[in-house]
Amino acid sequence: MGLKSTLHNLKEKYKGTKMAPAFNALHTFLYLPNETTHNGTHIKVADDLKRTMNTVIMAMIPCLIFGMFNAGYQHFAALGTPVDFLSWDAFYIGLIKVLPLVIVSYGVGLGIEFLFAIIKGHEVEEGYLVTGMLVPLIVPIDTPLWMLAVAVVFGVVIGKEIFGGTGMNILNPALTIRAFLFFAYPTWMSGDKVWVHGAVARDKAIAAGENLDAISGETILGALAQGKETVYSVADMFYGFIPGSVGETSTLLILLGGLFLIFTKIGSWRIMLSSVLGAIVMGLIFNGLVNAEVISQGSKFYGLMSTPYWEHLLIGGFAFGTVFMATDPVTASQTNKGKWIYGFLIGFISIMIRVFNPAYPEGVMLAILLMNVFAPTIDHYVVQGNVKQRMKRLKVKNA
Amino acid sequence: MEHIELFFKSIFIDNMVFATFLGMCSYLAVSKKVKTAVGLGAAVIFVLAITVPLNWLLDQFLLQPGALTWLGAEYADYDLSFLSFIMFIATIATMVQLVEIIVEKFSPSLYNSLGIFLPLIAVNCAILGGSLFMQSREIATLGLATTYGIGSGIGWFLAILAIAAIREKIRYSNVPAPLRGLGITFIITGLMAIGFMSFGGMLTGGDDAAQPETETVQVQDQPETKDVSLVKEENNTEENGMSDMEQKTLANNTINE
Repeated sequence: MGLKSTLHNLKEKYKGTKMAPAFNALHTFLYLPNETTHNGTHIKVADDLKRTMNTVIMAMIPCLIFGMFNAGYQHFAALGTPVDFLSWDAFYIGLIKVLPLVIVSYGVGLGIEFLFAIIKGHEVEEGYLVTGMLVPLIVPIDTPLWMLAVAVVFGVVIGKEIFGGTGMNILNPALTIRAFLFFAYPTWMSGDKVWVHGAVARDKAIAAGENLDAISGETILGALAQGKETVYSVADMFYGFIPGSVGETSTLLILLGGLFLIFTKIGSWRIMLSSVLGAIVMGLIFNGLVNAEVISQGSKFYGLMSTPYWEHLLIGGFAFGTVFMATDPVTASQTNKGKWIYGFLIGFISIMIRVFNPAYPEGVMLAILLMNVFAPTIDHYVVQGNVKQRMKRLKVKNA
Repeated sequence: MEHIELFFKSIFIDNMVFATFLGMCSYLAVSKKVKTAVGLGAAVIFVLAITVPLNWLLDQFLLQPGALTWLGAEYADYDLSFLSFIMFIATIATMVQLVEIIVEKFSPSLYNSLGIFLPLIAVNCAILGGSLFMQSREIATLGLATTYGIGSGIGWFLAILAIAAIREKIRYSNVPAPLRGLGITFIITGLMAIGFMSFGGMLTGGDDAAQPETETVQVQDQPETKDVSLVKEENNTEENGMSDMEQKTLANNTINE
């Protein structure tokens, strides 16, 4: 009770001043406010913005915990001294590496949200809650914290706040942050060394002449793009015992999170389903090209093209992007018909980028950003089509 | 196969707006409504589809070093390539006049809404850029030149279509006052270019995976710095009227070129 009444008192004290939104937000973040409307009717909805955001975060928590275990597990596996997956050693490494990412992402992002709310004089918006959780899940584990902070500033200010804050942005802020990191610091964001903790440092040490074993921490996509064989079994890919960014590896947990989002009606099943369909169609086309021997074994695209279409759904960030990022209600298409087109193109283009663009094996991120750009166009034409149809119906009726 | 590759390359990878930032004047000014944007985009496709092959013919049979051989062996030494700017622009201006007459005849409402920007296509850098890229990339046949023209036009069309839809969507957004209008449009263009970077380096081969990355990073720097420096200027010009702004954006484009 102590904290609650302190916060309440603070809020009352600063009421009407410039700092009011900040204290207001702090109060309502932690507790249910104890004011009610005194007269007239008011609408009661359980799923306000804050509840929606928390539901998505709940769906991501399993991925985060798993990512922590996996980070340690991959670290020790790469060192040549494997430990059990569910061991304290593995979790400890993951914890001390992942937790700072989460703290920096939330600290910097929410700091900016508070600042903008105070400057603009409106209530603090909760939009960053999900973004702040997404960001640590989609970056490599060794990303320097200052780099993450710079990217978060860019993503939140340029990607969201200047458009008027939550609900107005055109690109998904989490993906903007990742794309910023990806293009500004490519050596930290791609390649075969960044996905396992300590690999970059050890690589430098080896280059400096120290006698250490080299670490192979390549993602499956990276290996396939170079035409190598994968060493991981399908079960490993499905359960997620593979290198990759923190939250993207376990397809199983992402699937559970997705079902949870669909069940709570927060995520759009249309987008998820259609983007899986899109990926399958593109995968089948590539498989067909390989089977028809249009693409020879010597081609540089052979490795990824010959990957069975269902395996594309398991590897890389496809599942994570589809479930948690493509379904972002702000930047996705708003119309139901538009959602089908939008999702389908995301799946289609992400597999296409994966195969044709060896520089960016992580095609999902860029495919979603690209479709974010075109989502308003799709919506526009869906709405116009609807208007035309109704006009026609009206004419028939009147005639 | 060659045609398909060039077609997609010119639409997505070498997109006129997002890869080379050409044709920004009309791109920024006529993108307030989807309908007019579609009209202007269609006009650009049409003009590019005609002028690029025409200029290809000019280049092959008039301007290139040794292009005049068909007149007789004594002309083999002539090199008229210094005339290419003026010849290309003359072709483009003629074609734009033609488009203007056609549009005025068949769609007066579109003609009115496009206003000054239709004749302005004549100096739209995307159009001249199309012809100059055609020359510098040494496109081999007339067919390929047509494909290149149509592809570049469609790429520009998609870009203006997308930004018009976005601008219609954000019309009611609470954009900070200093950024309203062209400022936010510049920033949106930069963000859209990030989306289009997914295609950068595609089809060029994965042997040098590092190279396209550095390339794209440079491209990214350009719009960002532009955003910041131009935000203030552009806002002033918006009040001063269109013609002022055109000059300024045109000046920008010439700098870009």
